[in-house]
Amino acid sequence: MAHHQVRLGIPGVRGADQPAFDSHRPPSPELIDDCVHCGFCLTTCPTYALWGEEMDSPRGRIHLMKTGLEGAPLSESMVGHFDACLGCMACVTSCPSGVQYDRLIEQTRAQVERRYQRSAPDRALRAAIFTLFPYPRRLRVLRGPLRLAQRLGADRALQRSRLLEKLSPQLAAMQSLAPRLGRPERVAEHTPAVGERRAVVGMLTGCVQREFFPGVNAATARVLAAEGCDVVAPAGQGCCGALSTHTGREEEGQRFARAVIDTFTDAGVDYVVVNSAGCGSAMKEYVHLLSDDPGYAERARAFSARVRDFSEIIAELGPVAPRHPVGGTDAQGVPVPVVTAYHDACHLGHAQGIRQQPRALLSAVPGMQLREIPDAEICCGSAGVYNILNPEPARELGDRKAANVAATGAQLLVTANPGCMMQVAQALERAGRPIRMAHTAQVLDASIRGVRVP
Amino acid sequence: MTTQAGHPSDPERQASVLRGADPAAEVQAQREPAGAPASRGTVAQVREDLRGLLPEEAVLTDPARLATYECDGLAAYRVTPGLVVLASRPEHVAATVRACARHRVPFVARGSGTGLSGGALPHADGVLVVTSQLRTLHEVSGEDQRAVVDPGVINLQVSQAATPLGYYFAPDPSSQQICSIGGNVAENSGGAHCLKYGFTTNHVLSLDVVTPDGEQVTLGTRAPDAPGYDLIGAFVGSEGTLGVATRATVRLVRLPEDVRTVLAGFDDTDQAGAATSAIIASGIVPAAIEIMDALAIEAAEAAVQCGYPEGAGAVLLVEVDGPTDEVAHELAEVERICREHAAIELRVATEAADRAAIWKGRKSAFAAVGRISPDYIVQDGVVPRTALGQVLRRMSEISAEQGVRVANVFHAGDGNLHPLVLFDGGTEGETERAENVSGMILDLCIEQGGSITGEHGVGSDKARYMPRMFTDEDLDTMQLVRCAFDPDGIANPGKIYPTPRLCGERPGRHQGAHPLQETGVAEIF
Repeated sequence: MAHHQVRLGIPGVRGADQPAFDSHRPPSPELIDDCVHCGFCLTTCPTYALWGEEMDSPRGRIHLMKTGLEGAPLSESMVGHFDACLGCMACVTSCPSGVQYDRLIEQTRAQVERRYQRSAPDRALRAAIFTLFPYPRRLRVLRGPLRLAQRLGADRALQRSRLLEKLSPQLAAMQSLAPRLGRPERVAEHTPAVGERRAVVGMLTGCVQREFFPGVNAATARVLAAEGCDVVAPAGQGCCGALSTHTGREEEGQRFARAVIDTFTDAGVDYVVVNSAGCGSAMKEYVHLLSDDPGYAERARAFSARVRDFSEIIAELGPVAPRHPVGGTDAQGVPVPVVTAYHDACHLGHAQGIRQQPRALLSAVPGMQLREIPDAEICCGSAGVYNILNPEPARELGDRKAANVAATGAQLLVTANPGCMMQVAQALERAGRPIRMAHTAQVLDASIRGVRVP
Repeated sequence: MTTQAGHPSDPERQASVLRGADPAAEVQAQREPAGAPASRGTVAQVREDLRGLLPEEAVLTDPARLATYECDGLAAYRVTPGLVVLASRPEHVAATVRACARHRVPFVARGSGTGLSGGALPHADGVLVVTSQLRTLHEVSGEDQRAVVDPGVINLQVSQAATPLGYYFAPDPSSQQICSIGGNVAENSGGAHCLKYGFTTNHVLSLDVVTPDGEQVTLGTRAPDAPGYDLIGAFVGSEGTLGVATRATVRLVRLPEDVRTVLAGFDDTDQAGAATSAIIASGIVPAAIEIMDALAIEAAEAAVQCGYPEGAGAVLLVEVDGPTDEVAHELAEVERICREHAAIELRVATEAADRAAIWKGRKSAFAAVGRISPDYIVQDGVVPRTALGQVLRRMSEISAEQGVRVANVFHAGDGNLHPLVLFDGGTEGETERAENVSGMILDLCIEQGGSITGEHGVGSDKARYMPRMFTDEDLDTMQLVRCAFDPDGIANPGKIYPTPRLCGERPGRHQGAHPLQETGVAEIF
């Protein structure tokens, strides 16, 4: 695949006493001016909830951007407050003035990554993350040893020893997040629709989703097919660039984005379906990411318009495959209730506005009893690679989320993002309240097939 | 008043607390030339004093961080504070205020920073005491019908905590999802439902307060109606000029058995206003009566897609609550009156979710105006309810004459107007024109026997309008109250009064003693 190479004239690093931002896509003054300083964002901001400080709130961060635009240098404290933002976009939901904080923080992060000299350990950690996570093949290499360690209990021994935590809390966070690995399950390149074909959909298989949660992808493909979709999962597809883009690695994100657009354009599909909230959100934003790229701007616009979350496409097409109980039936044939809590992944709820669809799909499963999680709008602390880069606040947010999930009394937790799955599972385990977890697709798959949720 | 320091029954002690200073300081205050800059210390001295008393991270000095506190919800006024203290214990507030008092450095208290009159505008050579980290709900009791909360607790959180017990906290400013109880106390916040349930002052039972000399005292008792002066009444709404609240005991109100919300569309605000008067005249006291005009509806629609009646020139939102039978009767009356006044559409919401959907448009309205205008001024004025129609007509004339758009959202039941004056600060002259219109609206309110603020407070924004409403004597008398608590004038100086004076200073306009002094009614400390 020949990648279209363009030089966008992105400037490099400058001295520390220079103004915070250069002229290449600085946080937009027009978007900053939309903020009327009303403060409605404060209570839904996870870091404000934790610390109660103005500079760690969306309103405060926008203020910092403004001072940066006015010439203030990119100081360590300023960068610290930008870095502390989870990018959960709860503020976008709660803002009555329609401030596009999502665009603002993305523009700011790209400037920070280019212009701010991070410490050597921080640089090394980021390099490690971005040499590993966006590459499914490299993740796959890790699977073998990880699975072996899990089988032998070596991972838990390592956690108990707290050795890794003493060396690096970030590395410890990364290690402890790894889910229990099952058998690898591959999605076929082509899965034909069952019955009448209603759409041809491309499927993004993702990186972490593909290697750590292969069951989710398999379920997604089966449900899509059962609902009348020809499913195309191109073998050559790579990372969507979500982690890079959301962390300010603009050029890297653009590189991944172009490749994904090429792959799915070649596949000739009506929609591109994503089962990972963070990836779907990033792909719907390609239109902004590549807006300066003459060769891709128009293609990115067309591509983003075709991207659908898994629950979004099923709701859009209208579910047709019959559903069966997922908790079995009692002697009278009545479905046994499965008390389920649905966790809104921030990049699904806040970033894509998809809240109602998964709830409607889950509620339609016989026996399913949906419970709402208190403070549902507050992030669980996963936020892409945030929980690796900022383990302490992430852990605190995870603990709060775990307590709120536990308060629902649910026996099953459903969510649609691999990051949330790992983060919340770990927090619930830490709280001594382990719970079964599943992706929306896995529940629907089980229901269509008439089996219990894995 | 009782002091927490343990002198609850010492009358002399109480007197000195009332006067806000110990005798030595009083003598000093009288000796020094009032207001002379040399008598003020610096924030650096306060910073030094706080070392060891407060955690390092609680004191902000980094310029970028300080700048994020430069304004509250009124972003038109900006001053970077000299120092910010993030108090996480009442003692932090007391220690900071004591240090400020020692060096006669001004301090300003700030909760969530959502105020709309610049009441928490910092002082460049002063300390901003932030209470947002003081956010523990100490007690929520249905039996006692009270909640004991920290000042940084969010208004809505009190109701959320009380709801399972069948209670709620009645004052509900539009910013209730984020404004703090401390801020509510300082501003005597109201809200849509204060027509029936009253303002914050009607719901505060007791307050722990740090007085401007740094003393921690308790106003009020657990039992209702303590004898003596109503110091809680004086403190609530004093806009941070009498001290900093560090804990509040508030009244909880029983959740009504039934609540119905009526949304009625009218052709114009005149009809909506007439319907309002008719509803009140019929003897009904609705929990809330709100009106939004076409421009406000447009903004709310753009922001939250509230689905208000299409083509309506005004919407009237009436909420009735109470025992089921009473609500059914009142609801029927409200519907009948709306129809009689030619309502073009009428909707009744019974379910909580439907009610919330109706309220969402109203509660988001201020900030939502940001969608239809780059800049705007939220005005706050009061007129007698019967003058509503006339005032609104005059306001639209002013708007047309001056070429400045004005959106209207208001608590119609108590005549509390919130005109939103729209402008584009980027266009030359527009800011001045908008401010001019905003001032004309206040004049209009005063002309009609109303007030320059209903619930947003005077703060920095309206201090200059106070002389339009009050005589010099009135203002000087008010300052006597302030001086009793704060002889050095360090608690939120520059707010409320157009010409702040230190105690002992002779108001320039008077040749001799203050008239109240002359008649022996009052004494200047």
